[in-house]
Amino acid sequence: MEHLLIFPVLLPMLAAIILLLASRASPLLERSLSVAFMLGLVFVSILLLNTSLSGEYQVYALGNWVAPYGIVLVLDRLSALMVLLTSVLALFSLLYSCNGQDRDGRHFHVLFHMQLMGLNGAFLTGDLFNLFVFFEILLIASYGLLLHGGGPLRSRAGLHYVILNLAGSALFLIAVGTLYSMLGTLNMADLAVKVSQATPEQLRLVHIAGLLLLVVFALKAALLPLYFWLPSAYSAASAPVAALFAIMTKVGIYSIIRVFTLVFGIEAGVLSNLAAPWLLPLGLITLALGTFGVLASKCLRKQIAYLVVVSVGTLIAGIGLLSVDSLAASLYYLMHSTLITGGLFLLADVIARQRGNVGSELRVGPTVSQPLILSILFFIGAVAVAGLPPLSGFVGKLLLLQSAIDHPQTVWFWSVILIASFFSLIALSRSGSALFFKTDDSAVTSIKVEPISLLAVMALLLASLLLAIFGANFADFTRAAAEQLTQPSLYIQGVLGPQTIATPLKELQ
Amino acid sequence: MEILISTAIGVLVACGVYLMLRARTMDVVIGLTLLAYAVNLFLFASGRLTNNAAALISPDAAQLADPLPQALVLTAIVIGFGMTAFLMVLAIRAFRDLGNDHVDGKG
Repeated sequence: MEHLLIFPVLLPMLAAIILLLASRASPLLERSLSVAFMLGLVFVSILLLNTSLSGEYQVYALGNWVAPYGIVLVLDRLSALMVLLTSVLALFSLLYSCNGQDRDGRHFHVLFHMQLMGLNGAFLTGDLFNLFVFFEILLIASYGLLLHGGGPLRSRAGLHYVILNLAGSALFLIAVGTLYSMLGTLNMADLAVKVSQATPEQLRLVHIAGLLLLVVFALKAALLPLYFWLPSAYSAASAPVAALFAIMTKVGIYSIIRVFTLVFGIEAGVLSNLAAPWLLPLGLITLALGTFGVLASKCLRKQIAYLVVVSVGTLIAGIGLLSVDSLAASLYYLMHSTLITGGLFLLADVIARQRGNVGSELRVGPTVSQPLILSILFFIGAVAVAGLPPLSGFVGKLLLLQSAIDHPQTVWFWSVILIASFFSLIALSRSGSALFFKTDDSAVTSIKVEPISLLAVMALLLASLLLAIFGANFADFTRAAAEQLTQPSLYIQGVLGPQTIATPLKELQ
Repeated sequence: MEILISTAIGVLVACGVYLMLRARTMDVVIGLTLLAYAVNLFLFASGRLTNNAAALISPDAAQLADPLPQALVLTAIVIGFGMTAFLMVLAIRAFRDLGNDHVDGKG
């Protein structure tokens, strides 16, 4: 179906509009509508993934304006994967919120679907300025979601988050403006062609613009030294929002992969692999500092937020190895870390609510009212996220370590990843014993977790098991996606047609 | 004209960054606004500065103005306006919740 490509953007927008009209309806109607639209989105994402399996680039020219003049949506394996990952994570976050947390503030469902629209748009667009616009859409929805429920903690974290992202947007626009003034195009495929043909005078400014883009995406991805906003923002957000935010850092990572394999990829001439000297060291340092954060956290939610930072560091370091294998392994790890950290945020909320006033703080507190099921779930989540066999964290880390064997920096990569995993394991076992064993048996709360929330938590954590059981299939797919990414000329041909070089609209003076 | 525009952008960026680094939310909001103005001017100038040139309509015009940056600037202005309004409301909300207008909510 020709128009399928625009559905991941249109469907959430339609959902948001209808939900806005239905915001005064009964909670049951609002939730059913929201979940129904969400299921529709999951279905569309599966169809898109199925389409992308052939390996051909699907291009959708908005308003039938052909590239490079109009804005295009491009579907390749990576975008299809990201869209599906987003909708699966969002489905379970949304189900979790149906326990009543969606009613803590107004318009939760509207903002949730607006955020999905921004996310899907960012993953599908083939135009740099359009990427900026979708970033802003997902950001403004995320500002609202972060503040959902209110309270001083959220206001403070929200203020930092908004200001930082507005400054980031300004940098993004400067980079886009510089690229446009030098190369006269914003279509990413066309940019890739123009960058490889740029004259030496243009190259300097293009170089600066490329590195500015790296800064902007590193801010979104929470890479060192730009990750300090993440722990307070993620631990202040309400649980379903924090779970959905697990994909937000991945938008930054996606953009880094997209721009620095396509526009500044291996075929970009002088500027090829522009980000390479930065990614590996920054990724490893982020990983190390994130692990210190995991060890030092006094609150489970903050600990999980630092685990997000750790996963970002691992991913960026993996991408920085610059081989097809490591890119494939990173994509596998990306799926795993997104679903698991999302599930852990939800689980932390279940635990916190059953511990009464102590909440998710890691100190002596009352026993949770459902110790057996919650401790088993926490055990599964901790094993998965620390990277122990037999779950997906282990498979992901194994693939990453294997892919680094021939790399000159293998020693650093292996030692940092292995030591960090070890310390994460220590920190998580300490948290587990603080939460479930060191209890004072006093005020036992009688709150039971709602079945729908339990279903959401279990589904996200069991995804780890599925990722491990069908590991070969997933690894094959991510490998195919990585191979597609490392051949930018195919993307360019897919978008601009076989002539490869489009005739310029006008020569810039 | 180039010198004038670039000076204006530079001064706006400098003032914007200075204000953003201050500790009161209102200063930061105004700083971000100034930065957004600078960025909008910069985007506008990325289509080159021309006087009285036709937009892209006539094939025999000697000089053409590039209409695309103007469209980009329009989008950026609208987004920036919305974001500033949101930040303003958030700053007031934080002032009420935290009891003061320090960006970290203390002192």
